[in-house]
Amino acid sequence: MSKVAAAPVLRLTGITKRFGPLVANDRVDLSLGRGEVLALLGENGAGKSTLMSILFGHYTADEGTVEVADGAGSLKELRHGSPAAALEAGVGMVHQHFTLADNLSVLDNITLGTEGLWRAFQGRAAARRRLKTLMDDSGLAVPLERPVGTLSVGEQQRTEILKALYRGVRILVLDEPTAVLTPQEVNQLFDTLRRLTQQGLSIIFISHKLDEVTAISDRVAILRAGKLVGERETKAVDRGELAELMVGRPVELHGRDPQPRGVEVARLAKVSVPGPRGGMDLKSADLALFEREIVGIAGVSGNGQGALAALLSGLAQPSGGSFSLFGNTVTRFDAGAFVAGGVGRIPEDRHRDGTVGDMTVWENAILETYRDGANQRAGWMRIGAARDHAKGLIDAFDVRCPGPDAPIRLLSGGNMQKLIIGRVLENRPRLIVANQPTRGLDIGAVAFVQDRLLEAKRAGAAILLISEDLDELFQIADRLAVIHSGHLSEARPAEDLTKRQVGLMMAGEGQGAHAA
Amino acid sequence: MRLEPRESPGLGLRFAAPASAIVVALLLAAIPLAFAGAPLATAYAAMFDGALGSVFALTETLTRATPLILTGLAVTAAFRAKLWNIGAEGQLYAGALAAVVIASHAWSSSPFVMIPSMMVAGAAAGAVLLLIPTLLKTRLGVDEVVTTLLLNFVMLLFVSMMVEGPLQDPMSMGWPQSEPIVDEAVLPELVPRTRLHAGLIIALVAAVLLSLLINRTRWGLEMRAVGANADAARFAGMKIGRVMVFTAIISGGLAGLAGVSEVAGVRGYVTLDLSPGYGYAGIVVAMLAQLSALGVVVSAIFIAAVFVGADSMGRAMGVSSYLADLIVALSLLTMLVAGLVARYRIRWA
Repeated sequence: MSKVAAAPVLRLTGITKRFGPLVANDRVDLSLGRGEVLALLGENGAGKSTLMSILFGHYTADEGTVEVADGAGSLKELRHGSPAAALEAGVGMVHQHFTLADNLSVLDNITLGTEGLWRAFQGRAAARRRLKTLMDDSGLAVPLERPVGTLSVGEQQRTEILKALYRGVRILVLDEPTAVLTPQEVNQLFDTLRRLTQQGLSIIFISHKLDEVTAISDRVAILRAGKLVGERETKAVDRGELAELMVGRPVELHGRDPQPRGVEVARLAKVSVPGPRGGMDLKSADLALFEREIVGIAGVSGNGQGALAALLSGLAQPSGGSFSLFGNTVTRFDAGAFVAGGVGRIPEDRHRDGTVGDMTVWENAILETYRDGANQRAGWMRIGAARDHAKGLIDAFDVRCPGPDAPIRLLSGGNMQKLIIGRVLENRPRLIVANQPTRGLDIGAVAFVQDRLLEAKRAGAAILLISEDLDELFQIADRLAVIHSGHLSEARPAEDLTKRQVGLMMAGEGQGAHAA
Repeated sequence: MRLEPRESPGLGLRFAAPASAIVVALLLAAIPLAFAGAPLATAYAAMFDGALGSVFALTETLTRATPLILTGLAVTAAFRAKLWNIGAEGQLYAGALAAVVIASHAWSSSPFVMIPSMMVAGAAAGAVLLLIPTLLKTRLGVDEVVTTLLLNFVMLLFVSMMVEGPLQDPMSMGWPQSEPIVDEAVLPELVPRTRLHAGLIIALVAAVLLSLLINRTRWGLEMRAVGANADAARFAGMKIGRVMVFTAIISGGLAGLAGVSEVAGVRGYVTLDLSPGYGYAGIVVAMLAQLSALGVVVSAIFIAAVFVGADSMGRAMGVSSYLADLIVALSLLTMLVAGLVARYRIRWA
């Protein structure tokens, strides 16, 4: 509390925001000290984003006040519902999805909107000088002349932070900043943030990852169901307590649970998969999957995971190498045939690939099996049977929804994912391809999904788990491989690897990663 | 002002929204009507009378609604799968030509043979005409909005060639019209001494069958899934190309049936003015019905009533019958707003 007491730069008092019957923020009080890193921790839907949107002027609070310190350090009330006023007062935000123009250079992106309409390009030399100084002071290095589209995700994020600093922000809000970064990039980001706070910047760090929160913050504020349920000094709190505050009940994540592995289920030998824009998304990959084993694939998003998952899901055809499934060489690349043959698929994007938002829960529950005799006869859907079946899934997998006839778009991400998992598991698949199955889920749902996968493994399934979350991979995968720019490393027992090794391989360095 | 989605629109709202949309459209149409100098109450009374006021008026409205139901269904089927078929007009003419070819004097048989074979031929011709752009779309990624639209003009020129050439009626004294169909192929009258014909029954049966197809069968499930989210449909193992082809056959076939019904029920032969844009109006019908097959019946009758009523009002009051187009256009706009109000709650912040 010391930093706050010394010099508060931001104070939220009694913030309440309602959306119809939903209270997104319920009398939230929060303050931020100069040079402090405050972590805002909470599950999806806890009200973190709403609170920050109010601070930033995108929403107007129904009740409560926002006060921001001016240059002299005295608190002034911020005009409601005005992003311009927030920017003026020195509040900046780096969104989870970057707001950059890919075809413009870093310099253009940063100066965009800060110049007068008729004076564009006049102050470029001065802007470049100022940015050089900012980069030296903060340690944020970005090539100023390169188009943003050619930068790595980490560099794009640094561009976003620079953009905020260029506008002279004193308070920086970072929304889930680590979701897209490798472990090394996360460390680099944290170093930068520490340096910036020493120079007097105050930071609000939004996250639902406990280890990051404990690593970077001075203080943690925990939101649950719109209410501030606790504030803790980071030094004086353990992760278990934070998890319990966040979820409202104790959460237990289960570990690896090794089993004697069974027969081979799938084998890739020198398999390449072409990408949509020419070139190979997956380059000469070797991989074998066995019953009762989870093989984890680590990697930064966009390095060929999609091609690997599509191949094993029957959605992509290899251009070379041999691919056998359940002992037979695959010749028919047909998603329906894969499902019928015993492959369960959990797609990376549950909104885009996993569900049809405007169709009902029961229709989505049979989306992969609507041709089966149980669901149709001579072309007529057996709607009664399909609805009963969906009701069974809803009960068995604890899907919270208004009922089987509700459109599935009304469901939260976690409940959608539970329905997809249920749809996959009830077919008793021999191979499960799970691509980012816990991404974006809150910790309760994460535990649920992981437990179901571990259960399926004990029951004899081979599982390929593609994840960007190294903690998750080390927690439940038996063997681990790393994918980087289309190259898949050899899968090795997880206990023989360290996070540091895997992180280096994810960045394309270190042993095991082939030369590109 | 901001919009918040409603969880599910209530039943009352679902019926009140389109009804009030039509009332608002008629109110807005009163403005130009007043400018034209017509007394409003009398004008609208004349319109109502002309569309629904007598048995004769009613049969005229239903006769006009028949092709609109069929083209509206054609568009509904296609749009449900996001196959943007703008070519119902051309498919209608293809069906009409096929009907004449089958049912001209080369052969004749009992109506129980003639009428079904004419319907099959007409539907097949419409389906083939839509299959061409559909296969171009699924195989080569050619945008079907452009190809289906342009095929309408190709088809009209083809009809022109046929009715001035091989299919021209030798008794027509040089008029560009085809030979008439044989008497056995003519659809029976539903009400004696009116133009209302059995095509209406065909259209109504088609509406029920399409509704069942879309909502109750696996093929309908595929069409809806592909239309609502093609990525998820592909992931689930559906064959997008096959679903598109199936949809094209249904959609083109229905539009072809509209042509058969006009030839065999109203005209008896093909001319270049067989359809005053029924194919394009089918899009409006389908959108007004919010792509519900049974709703198409209601919206087609509404639009037909507006056209027939405005014609009659025009004659009685001396105002332009283009007012009909205006009312239909206003109804579509107000219906879109009503759809928004039904799906979202408006909050004034």
